[in-house]
Amino acid sequence: MARLTIEDLKKIKEKQHATFTLREGGYRAKVTVHMGTCGIAAGAREIMAALLDEIAQSKADDIITTTSGCAGLCAREPMITVEVLNKPPVKYGDLTADKLREIFKEHVLGGNPVEKYALVAGSETTY
Amino acid sequence: MEKIRANLLMCAGTGCVASGTPKVKTALQEELQKRGLADEIKIVLTGCNGFCAEGPVMLVYPDEIFYQKLTVEDIPKLVEEHFLKGRPYEKLMFREPEKKSAIPLMKDIPFFKHQVLRVLRNKGLVDPESLEEYIARDGYMAAAKALHEMTSADIVKVMKDSGLRGRGGAGFPTGMKWDFASKSVADQKFMLCNGDEGDPGAFMDRSVMEADPHSVIEGMIIGAKAIGASKGVIYVRAEYPLAVKRLQLAIDKCREAGLLGENILGSGFNFDLEIYLGAGAFVCGEETALMRSIEGKRGMPRPRPPFPAHKGLWDKPSVLNNVETLAQIAPIILNGADWYKTLGTEKSTGTKVFALTGDIRNVGLVEVPMGIPLRTIIYDIGGGMKNKKKKFKSVQMGGPSGGCIPESLIDIPVTYEDVVKTGAIMGSGGMVVMDEDTCMVSTSKFFLEFTADESCGKCTPCRVGTRVMLDMLTDITEGRGKDGDIETLQDLSRDIISTSLCGLGQTAPNPVLSTIRYFKDEYESHIKDNWCKAGICRNLCSFHIFEDLCKGCGACLRGCPQQAIVGEKKQPHRIIQELCIQCRNCYDTCKFGSIKIGPKGCKDIKAMRELLEKVEKVEEVKG
Repeated sequence: MARLTIEDLKKIKEKQHATFTLREGGYRAKVTVHMGTCGIAAGAREIMAALLDEIAQSKADDIITTTSGCAGLCAREPMITVEVLNKPPVKYGDLTADKLREIFKEHVLGGNPVEKYALVAGSETTY
Repeated sequence: MEKIRANLLMCAGTGCVASGTPKVKTALQEELQKRGLADEIKIVLTGCNGFCAEGPVMLVYPDEIFYQKLTVEDIPKLVEEHFLKGRPYEKLMFREPEKKSAIPLMKDIPFFKHQVLRVLRNKGLVDPESLEEYIARDGYMAAAKALHEMTSADIVKVMKDSGLRGRGGAGFPTGMKWDFASKSVADQKFMLCNGDEGDPGAFMDRSVMEADPHSVIEGMIIGAKAIGASKGVIYVRAEYPLAVKRLQLAIDKCREAGLLGENILGSGFNFDLEIYLGAGAFVCGEETALMRSIEGKRGMPRPRPPFPAHKGLWDKPSVLNNVETLAQIAPIILNGADWYKTLGTEKSTGTKVFALTGDIRNVGLVEVPMGIPLRTIIYDIGGGMKNKKKKFKSVQMGGPSGGCIPESLIDIPVTYEDVVKTGAIMGSGGMVVMDEDTCMVSTSKFFLEFTADESCGKCTPCRVGTRVMLDMLTDITEGRGKDGDIETLQDLSRDIISTSLCGLGQTAPNPVLSTIRYFKDEYESHIKDNWCKAGICRNLCSFHIFEDLCKGCGACLRGCPQQAIVGEKKQPHRIIQELCIQCRNCYDTCKFGSIKIGPKGCKDIKAMRELLEKVEKVEEVKG
C-alpha cells in the first residue's frame, strides 16, 4: 500500500461504504427476493443472480438485498418486494430476469414503480 | 464486481475460538459453497462480540439477526433456512431463560440493549485484520485531525475537558498525565501502552486488542503528538498470542500505509512503535516496573517521584496509558469533550468496559455508561445468577486490589467514587459475581494467594506480610483459626498498605479487609463454630439429608464416590457421616434442596435442625 494522505482515508471510507451500509443500515432501497420452496422452484435463484448483477453494474452502494420465505402467493412466484426509503413497499410477481432488470432500473434506481408487473403496493397488516 | 448481499460476522475472539468458531466457519464456508451462495454472502471474522457465554456467536447483516451456540451440525439447516430461503432460523436464536420465544434481533437482546459502545465501537463490526474496514468507521480521521489541525496544547485541553480518567484502575485523569509529560523538556519522549492485563477474571484489554487493534494505535499516535514522543511501545503479555498477532499485523499495515513512521499522513510528524512481550508478572502492570521490564531489567517498581512524566522509560519523559483508555481517544478528538461528557457522571465521565464472570448467566464483555446502577449490570445485562435457585451474594470488583461488594450495596451507581466507598475499587473492570454457595474466607484467600505469589519481593511488608496473612487464612479455612485472628489480619493489612512502595502491596490486603467488613460473621463461624456455611472448606462442614424434603430419587446416592449415602427408592435417604469426605457432590446434585450443610463433625440430624433454628433466631434478632 502506498503512503496514505487524508484524501486517501476519505477515499477508502467511500469505497467501503457498501459493506458498512449492510452492517450499519442507512440504505436507500431494499429488495427482498421471496425464496420459499415455491419461489426457488419457480426460479428465484436466477432472479437473485440477476439482481446482484444489476446492483454490481449500477455501482450503487446503498441498495441492499435480502431473502424471505414464501409470500403466500405461490402461483405468482418468483416474487420480489421493493422498498424504497420512505415509500410503501411494492410487490412484483411472475418475474423473469429481464423483468427484474427493468424493475431495477425503473423502480429501485429511478423511484418509479413499474405498474405493469406490480401485484400490490403495501404490506399485509401484521400484529 | 461481485455484489455481496449479506455479511456474516463471526466472533473470533479467544472465547468463541475456544468454543468452536474455526470448525463452524469451515463448515459454513463449505455449505455456502455447496449451495452456490459463496459469491453473495461473505463471512467476516471479527474480534470479541462480548457475549462469550453464548459462543460461538454470529451476527447476520443486513438482517441484524443474532445467532448463538453454533455447532457444525446446525450449519446445513441454517444455510438452507436463512441464507437460501430467507427464514431466520429460530433454533439458534437467543432465548431468555423464563420465556419460550426466541429473540431474533441483536438490539432486542437485554445483554446488548443496555450497552453503549464507545471503546468497543467496532467490536464485532469490523474485521480486526483489515485496515480498510477500520478506516471505513472513521479510523485515523482523529489522528489526521490531531496531526494537521491541533497543537499539543489543543489536544491536552480536549483530554482535560473530557474528564477521561485512566481505565487501568487508579483513575488518574488522562489529560493531566499528558499535560505533565508535554511540559517536560527532553530530546526523546516515549508513549507507552499498558496491555499487561493481569487481574484474574479480567479480559477487557485483551478483547480490545483482538477486536480493534487500530483503535489503540490511533490513540497512541494522538498521545504521542500531545506529549511530543517519537517512539512508542505496547507492552503486552505473551499469554495473549491472538492480541499480539493482530497488533503486529496492524502495526505492519500502518507502517506500509504511512500511518506510522516518518511524516505521518503528510503532517511532518514522526512516530513509530513496537510491541514488547511481557512474561506475565502481575507487578509489571505497575508503571515503573513495566518500564524497567522494557529496559530488560527485572520488573520491580521504584519510588516515585520522579514520576514517569519526568523520568520514565530509559529515564526519559514517558506516558503510560491503559489499552481501554487509548481506545477511546480517537472518538473524543473527533467529537469533542462535550460529546464525551454526555455520558457518565460529573467526576466519572464516559463509559466503562466490564468483564462479567463467575456465577452469572451472561458471562461476557459489556460497556456501560458510568453511573449505571450495579444492579442493572448484574441483573439486566448479566441476566442474574447462572443457577436461578441460588441467591446473589457478592460481586468482586477490582481484582486482587479490589474488594467484595455485598448484596446490600447492589444499588450503588458504578463510578470511581462510589465503588471506592464500598472498599472495592473500579480497577480495570473485572466483575466476578458470586452466589450464595461462595465462602468469602476462601475467596479472600484465593486473591491473597495470587498477590502473595506475584509480590516482586522488593518490600518486606508485601513479601512477608502477604505470606503471613495467607498462612492465617489457610489456617482459618482448614479449621485451625484462633480467637484474635481477625484483628491480627486487620492490623497486618493496615501495615502492609501503609508501608509498601507500589500499588500491588498497597492494595493486596483489600480483598481481606472488605470481606471482613461485610462478612465478618463468616470468619467468626469458621473460627468459633468450625462451620463453613457455604460448604466450601471441607474441614469445616458436614452434609445432612433432611428427610421431609428428600424425595428418594437416588441422584445423590448414584453420584456419591464414597457410597456414603443409603436409602431405598422413594424413601428418604441418609448420609453415613463416618464415610463422608465432604466432596459436596450430593449437595450440588440434589434438585430438591434437601441436603443441608452443618458444622464440622455434626453427627445427627436432630442436632443439625436445632442448630439451624438457633441460627435463624439469631438472624431474626439481628435483622
